[in-house]
Amino acid sequence: MIRSTKRLLATGFTAFALSNAAYAQTELTMFYPISVGGPLTDVVDGMISDFEAQHPDIKVNAIYAGNYNDTRVKALAALNSGQPAQLSVLFSIDVHELMGIDAIVPFDEVVKTDDERAWLDSFYPALMENGIVENQVWGIPFQRSTIVMYYNKDAFRSAGLDPEQPPKSWEEMVEMGQKLTVRGSNNEVNQWGLMIPSTGYPYWMFGALAMQNDEVLMNSEGNKTYFNNPGVVEALTYWQDLSGKYAVMPQGMIEWGTLRQNFLEQKTAMMWHSTGNLTAVKDNASFDFGVAMLPENKRPGSPTGGGNFYLFKDSSEEERRAALQLVRFMTSPEQAAHWSIATGYMGVSPESYETEALKAYVADFPPAAVARDQLKYATAEFSTHESGRIRKLLDDAIQAVLNGQQSAQEALDSAQNQAQRILSRY
Amino acid sequence: MNRFNQLYAWLMLLPALVLLLAFTHIPALTTLWHSLFFPARGRNPSEFAGLENYRSMLDDAVFWQAFHNNLWYAIGTVPTSMALALAMALWVNSKISGRAALRLAYFTPTMLPMIAVANIWLFFYTPEIGLFNKILNSVGLTGINWLGDPNWALISLMLMTIWKESGFFMIFYLAALQSLNKDIYAAAAVENASPLYVFRRITLPLLMPTTLFVLVNAVLNAFKLVDHLFILTKGGPNNATNLLLYYIYENAFSFFDSNYAAALTLVLLILLILLAVVQFLLVERRIHYR
Repeated sequence: MIRSTKRLLATGFTAFALSNAAYAQTELTMFYPISVGGPLTDVVDGMISDFEAQHPDIKVNAIYAGNYNDTRVKALAALNSGQPAQLSVLFSIDVHELMGIDAIVPFDEVVKTDDERAWLDSFYPALMENGIVENQVWGIPFQRSTIVMYYNKDAFRSAGLDPEQPPKSWEEMVEMGQKLTVRGSNNEVNQWGLMIPSTGYPYWMFGALAMQNDEVLMNSEGNKTYFNNPGVVEALTYWQDLSGKYAVMPQGMIEWGTLRQNFLEQKTAMMWHSTGNLTAVKDNASFDFGVAMLPENKRPGSPTGGGNFYLFKDSSEEERRAALQLVRFMTSPEQAAHWSIATGYMGVSPESYETEALKAYVADFPPAAVARDQLKYATAEFSTHESGRIRKLLDDAIQAVLNGQQSAQEALDSAQNQAQRILSRY
Repeated sequence: MNRFNQLYAWLMLLPALVLLLAFTHIPALTTLWHSLFFPARGRNPSEFAGLENYRSMLDDAVFWQAFHNNLWYAIGTVPTSMALALAMALWVNSKISGRAALRLAYFTPTMLPMIAVANIWLFFYTPEIGLFNKILNSVGLTGINWLGDPNWALISLMLMTIWKESGFFMIFYLAALQSLNKDIYAAAAVENASPLYVFRRITLPLLMPTTLFVLVNAVLNAFKLVDHLFILTKGGPNNATNLLLYYIYENAFSFFDSNYAAALTLVLLILLILLAVVQFLLVERRIHYR
């Protein structure tokens, strides 16, 4: 009651202030995260003002709120304190948690027309995997990525490797990595063969290795994990061996946040990173670089990652309709193409790759299509009930192994036991 | 008249009392109440848990590690930053040229926001391209994976904290030094006392009230300041740098378990109260208030 009065007052004031506007404006607040490099807030602001120009009856406050965790915290804190927020871009894998606390509504409840229903089916199926639960669409893909391998073609040339033939298998990655590891006179390493980041989102990188070894980490209901399956243990052992046995990667943690800089300063010849970094690498690399799909062992693969649009439950019918319009605009082929070119994130629908802008861009810069081509091998990102806690168990196990504190078998056994204990309730 | 005075006193205290109740004591009590429940999950409402949250804390290896880390973190940062603060204060209190610039230089780290500082230090600490390893390499030493090696990560955090905190504490020591009575020093000079003797027998005892104040604040900060963890390590690798307050944050906002977070908060609160009491009891006896 108080809130609706407040809203009435607010609308009244807005209408009063815009005395030339005959209609009442719908005001939307959305939070969004950015987890990769580059001045991306400007890009989002630009898209939002284009939207407002097309829809003068809708005003959007788009608030940049930090990384994925920060954004979730801020959005939920705003909701809890009764501040309005009608939609947000949040981690695609938060869907179970957001449903669990009853914060979001499925898009199926908001779409009305056949056109809108068809729109729900217009995205790449792999990108929808994390957004569809119990046969309803809860998340619409926006800033979505897969992991790709960036490699330094100049370094390949100096090592006597073919710069157009990046490693295709785990063995090749080790062999080439050894040739690409350059040591100085005191045996200190001047350039590493490979870096896979192990802070920030280690479970994500590990999801790729596990998938390449033909294993999954969880079931689709999100109530079972398979951390200590033999293939999973093998995948983690391989990761560990990259720095131990094969010595193509530095020991200890490799920081997510500074890895791109390491690659740009040619301290590593190859790196695994989000495709969302592509444009930042392109703009800053002083050398010839390439982008490749991740190598395969038993099969190719990478989890998808990134953020989806969610609609919050605590909003009026009008606001939900306005929010839907905004989401449709932001994920429309033209905007998705614009966003993809500005960042390196994927165009979220096949149609976006049919736009003139993205077609021309891909023709001129083929790496921009690698993430899309990899989509056919992609799987859902790791997501379970109590995601945060389960993810931390896996992250801790990975870090313990990479730091040599525990063997892969020990660490994953213990993570599996603890995860099962937590998930037994679901 | 006396009655009126009483009423007057209470009325004067009322605004502060209301604020204190509203923002400190009532939240503390609701935290206690909150910690006795399990979180609501999906359509299941929150259930009464009794002391179950506290019992699971006993088996929670990460909690114990955060607890130990925090103790080491306090031991590692508090004495060093206080000693440095005192040394810097003595130095910039003496009559040297460029004193104002030096004071400002020492105070600069304090003025910078922790998050900004952490973002800069993240690159200092980066193994291959960071400043620190470049320095080590230039003198022929092999570099360290500062934040990525569990043996070094907590120490790296301590280094940055000491750098950040000592300038802040220096200000308190400097203010105290400037208010000391010059006559005592004149008397000491007449007695031909050595500088070390003057420091040990005059300056240090007279600074004791400040030392207690700084100590209490430094210890509190060792448990309160976790901003840099968000940027530098996120508590990793494998919880090697997880501190109590950060673990509370993780539970509340990453795991959506605000009830367990409430229980942890209460434990932290009790720990801080105990530490404060111990400090007052120990140091109080050695203080000479004028």
